Amino acid sequence: MASEAAVLENRQEQDEHLWSGGKSPFKASYGKLMMWYFLLTDAFTFAGFLIAYGALRFSSVTWPVADFVFEKVPFFDVETPLVFVTFMTFVLIVSSVTMVRAVQEGQRENRKGVVIWMLATILGGLTFLSCQAWEWTTLIKTEGVNLTTNPFSMHEESGTYLSGEDLTGMGYTKVEKDFHGATSTYFLRNGVADMEENRFFVKTDHHGISHAGESFEAGRPYLITISHDTHQYEHAAYKNGNGDVVREPFGPKAFGDLFFFITGFHGFHVFSGVCFLTIIMLNSASGIYGARKNGYEMVEKIGLYWHFVDLVWVFVFLVFYLL
Amino acid sequence: MAAHMSYEDQKKLVLKGLKILGFITIIEVLVALTAKGHLIPGLEFTGPMHYIYMLAMAAFSLYKAYFIVFFFMHLAHEVRGLRWSVLLPTMLLIWAIIAFFNEGSAWGQRREQIRKMDREQVKAPASGSLDYDKETTMFFI
Repeated sequence: MASEAAVLENRQEQDEHLWSGGKSPFKASYGKLMMWYFLLTDAFTFAGFLIAYGALRFSSVTWPVADFVFEKVPFFDVETPLVFVTFMTFVLIVSSVTMVRAVQEGQRENRKGVVIWMLATILGGLTFLSCQAWEWTTLIKTEGVNLTTNPFSMHEESGTYLSGEDLTGMGYTKVEKDFHGATSTYFLRNGVADMEENRFFVKTDHHGISHAGESFEAGRPYLITISHDTHQYEHAAYKNGNGDVVREPFGPKAFGDLFFFITGFHGFHVFSGVCFLTIIMLNSASGIYGARKNGYEMVEKIGLYWHFVDLVWVFVFLVFYLL
Repeated sequence: MAAHMSYEDQKKLVLKGLKILGFITIIEVLVALTAKGHLIPGLEFTGPMHYIYMLAMAAFSLYKAYFIVFFFMHLAHEVRGLRWSVLLPTMLLIWAIIAFFNEGSAWGQRREQIRKMDREQVKAPASGSLDYDKETTMFFI
């Protein structure tokens, strides 16, 4: 039989974990349980976005090929599909692991351990955000993807890119016109007004290399080059199987919208996670949580959030880059 | 609170998690590159192989998600009620995925039809007479 004093002490200890109603549903503290339910709702928001991506992709005749869109790596002039984004995924996984360590040190009431591991987690988050900033900059500035225009697509038919001589030989007129102080060279069908949608260009990539004369099969990915001098999207002319001269069309707009919206929403979660991690790390360092004697529960709660951000990235990575 | 494990075991779990998540990610990327014809020249997954590939990718990701939620977020060590109150609602997503993907492909298959109907011109009714049939048809297009 326990003594009366021991029972009383036990009850007081329990009281600290009880909600104001005197009970503790699911034996979890209020904050932790609500963090779980917040993450559940957030999971539905992300699921809604990702399902919308799937539905729109299924509804489109063509779709940009991920390993063609995401093949650039900072500091290296190479084209290696998926390498950079795999690195970003590793950064998030490692930051999740350091977060688990921070929570474990918190449960041992080790203030120094908590602060060090949280700092490592914050650095991981910042690295991830920097990578994302670089990826966005490349897409927007170098390649010209934005919310209303998507120059990445996939050929629906086979064909051969035409050179300037091919076009003039077929009754097209060469036009040289100044845009933003630089000369743009394009071809117009005789008698057709000089409107943006009537201009045919010779296929040239971002390195200035001409691809005229090259043949392609249906299903091959392509990028409509944006000229950085004239700010024009240079729709290349090609000859299809029927002998018609066709302009490479833009890809589905929805691709850019979904990419910026979903990775942006995830990036915003990472950003706010970094902010909260910083606040909680400073509070831990100041000894506030140590005084509460609850095993640094606040660190555990922000840990849940941080793992969730990693969890969402697992699916963003799957949907945008792998499939 | 994590009283189920010694500190040493906890540290081991962390290392195990890093290995599992890292390993699966590398496998995923290698399979993806192979499936899209980047690794082995001439080999690309098409037709039924492509569906198997997509299902395998989804399975890998679900396993990663399971590991993160159950061990990094400790859901495995919470009481059963909490576990189910978080996991059960996500089952709704199964139907959402089926329904919306089905809707998306139905839309995709009717692209040409939709384009045609978008271009369709409806003549204004002759002056003085209200042609209700045309009005209603126009409304439903």
